[in-house]
Amino acid sequence: MEHIISITVENKFGVLSRVAGLFSGRGFNIESLSVAPTLDPSMSQMTIVTSGDERIIEQIVKQLNKLIDIIKVVDLNESEFVSRETALIKVHTRQEDRAEALRIADIFRANVIDSTASTYTIEVTGDSKKIEAIINLLQPLGIKEIVRTGRVAIAREPIRAALTPAKKVARE
Amino acid sequence: MKLTGAEIFIECLKREGVKTIFALPGGVVLKIFDMLHQQKDVEVVLARHEQGAGHMAEGYAKATGKAGVCLVTSGPGMTNVITALADAYMDSVPVVCFSGQVPTSLIGNDAFQEADNVGLSRPCTKYNFLVKDVNDLAVTIKEAFYIATTGRPGPVLVDIPKDVSMNKAEFHYPSSVSIRGYNPTYDGNKWQIKQAAEALSKARKPILYVGGGAVFSGASKELIELAELTQIPVDMTLMGLGAFPGEHPLSMGMLGMHGTYWANMAMHYSDLVIAVGARFDDRVTGKVSEFCPGAKIIHIDIDPTSIRKNIHVDIPIVGDCKRVLQELNQMLRATVNGEQKALRKPWWEQIKEWQRAHPLSYEQDLNGKIKPQHVIKRLYELTKDRDPIVSTDVGQHQMWTAQYFKLAKPNRWLTSGGLGTMGFGFPAAMGAQAAFRDRLVLCVAGDGSVQMNTQELATAVAHRLPVKIIVINNGFHGMVRQWQDLFYDGRYACSDLGTSPDFVKLAEAYGAVGLRASKVSDLDNAIREMISIDKPVILDVPVFPFENCYPMIPAGGCNHEMLLSDTPELKKKMESAGKVTPEDKDTVLTA
Repeated sequence: MEHIISITVENKFGVLSRVAGLFSGRGFNIESLSVAPTLDPSMSQMTIVTSGDERIIEQIVKQLNKLIDIIKVVDLNESEFVSRETALIKVHTRQEDRAEALRIADIFRANVIDSTASTYTIEVTGDSKKIEAIINLLQPLGIKEIVRTGRVAIAREPIRAALTPAKKVARE
Repeated sequence: MKLTGAEIFIECLKREGVKTIFALPGGVVLKIFDMLHQQKDVEVVLARHEQGAGHMAEGYAKATGKAGVCLVTSGPGMTNVITALADAYMDSVPVVCFSGQVPTSLIGNDAFQEADNVGLSRPCTKYNFLVKDVNDLAVTIKEAFYIATTGRPGPVLVDIPKDVSMNKAEFHYPSSVSIRGYNPTYDGNKWQIKQAAEALSKARKPILYVGGGAVFSGASKELIELAELTQIPVDMTLMGLGAFPGEHPLSMGMLGMHGTYWANMAMHYSDLVIAVGARFDDRVTGKVSEFCPGAKIIHIDIDPTSIRKNIHVDIPIVGDCKRVLQELNQMLRATVNGEQKALRKPWWEQIKEWQRAHPLSYEQDLNGKIKPQHVIKRLYELTKDRDPIVSTDVGQHQMWTAQYFKLAKPNRWLTSGGLGTMGFGFPAAMGAQAAFRDRLVLCVAGDGSVQMNTQELATAVAHRLPVKIIVINNGFHGMVRQWQDLFYDGRYACSDLGTSPDFVKLAEAYGAVGLRASKVSDLDNAIREMISIDKPVILDVPVFPFENCYPMIPAGGCNHEMLLSDTPELKKKMESAGKVTPEDKDTVLTA
């Protein structure tokens, strides 16, 4: 089953490869991954889409928690969440297709953000199904290039306890 | 006052109480070595190969319970030490490894002897650091020791570029460490512990399954109390040996692939398993789907990822073994009474029956070749009063040592369990000897595995580390040969070593002492002589080459289906082969 895992990490070099390395080293699959800094620039937020049975997801969450640079791991499937993905789609447009391209963009509340003599670049945001749908409709016009961000997701309610700084542990 | 990175490095080691480090120099760490040369507080043991240095640090850590420290150079120094780091990671050994790195200005330029040390070591360390600024060095070292020794211990790498070791900074050593993503859980959940105590006092056929985590957390006393309170039999994993006294009446010895018959049978037929600092390794569980079919499982471990990784657990308790057992014992003391012995009586009768039916055994013909088990048994009997530290390499001799050498206390057992690293034993023994100069440190090795690190004989001689190596010499990679006997129709693909060095002369070439015991009647005297010599010794014992290690659960097999001896066909084949080969091999060995 597909799970979306939201991870708060230290914003420093090498952290992404630790996370990616954990997945590859243990044979877990990453379907999409997106990262960006949070309000606190010392932390970054990662959204990972992965899949597996209950046992595998439990291991993924535990193994991620074990990584020292990871501050918090939340399996969003345990609560209600909203998720979005953005795609930039460059469509080949002959003169006679331009109106059709605009119409499709309009249906999906997508924006044309650039145009050249022979192309429109359309920006669309939504859940994965919506992105798939607009791609399907635009395909007959001739899609030249697509980039997708991968999913970002956020829980609808505040997630359990707020982040607290680590307790100071004195060493004997 | 400002100090250079190299001076800061040494100050930090002193603050951490490090007395000995295991090292091998190179270009980018010369500044650090130069400073080490000018001080007296930290002894530097110069290894001959970085892998040796790494295993020495592991041996030091396993014997002392403190972090072992090694220092290597960039590039090849780092790649050489990787095996030891991977070994330490698998066995949760607290090792802090410092590697040199090319100057920060050259990182990423494919400079001479440059390697991505952080990238190389990432999958086989608990954590690693690249120090880019000398101002961060002290706090990084503090964090490295903290991470290596707390929670589930493990190796940590600190990569120090050359310019960082030369630049200067104010020295401040932090008194405590705070890492927001790292907060190990030490105290177990009280409610869960209560559940465990209830299950335990009710169980009719319980068993304790003790792993290396019990050793690291120093839970021996608590284990003994728990076992005695509840009259529960104690199975130990390869890594857990010594956590519970081997000769204690409740000790069942080692379980798993080459564990005792009764230990495995008791595990399989138990109704309650209490795993303490053990991780249900595939060499213990055998076929997972048929593992302990009738048992409820309690699992105590400081590492939450170990719990429910391989098998279903009914009562998980995340916490430090010692603390959790203290609490469990406290609850049990209040509830259990004299009934426990009576309650467990049928269970113990069953176990005794298993013990009688298939004890550990071998046949020693007094005029024939020495049997490897006999060497271990005599070694044990002749040294047990001295409370020796025992290390092993990996292979048949390792399993025989685990079976026949009954350890009374923890931190006496140095062996490579998780990674199964041949060549581990000798340098690990040296690490332990460097920590305890006056103790008897034995290394049981095979003729195949010992050759993976014999260059360290030079280190042992130079640093006066009087480790005693016993080479169980059968002319084969014995465990490989055993598998080939059992599963590959006896085709000895690359397991017959053919020519090995004369180990007596090899020892002498390095300035150590070489001894040999070829006859059964020579063995005891040779062992006594070996112990009496205050120098590194190799005792070469040519043994019957075709002896196989039993019991054995074939890989992926089920725990109650053990092979207990050679099949009649195999026995016949081995006997006829044994008649020719040992003598042939002897001419090589005694030439």
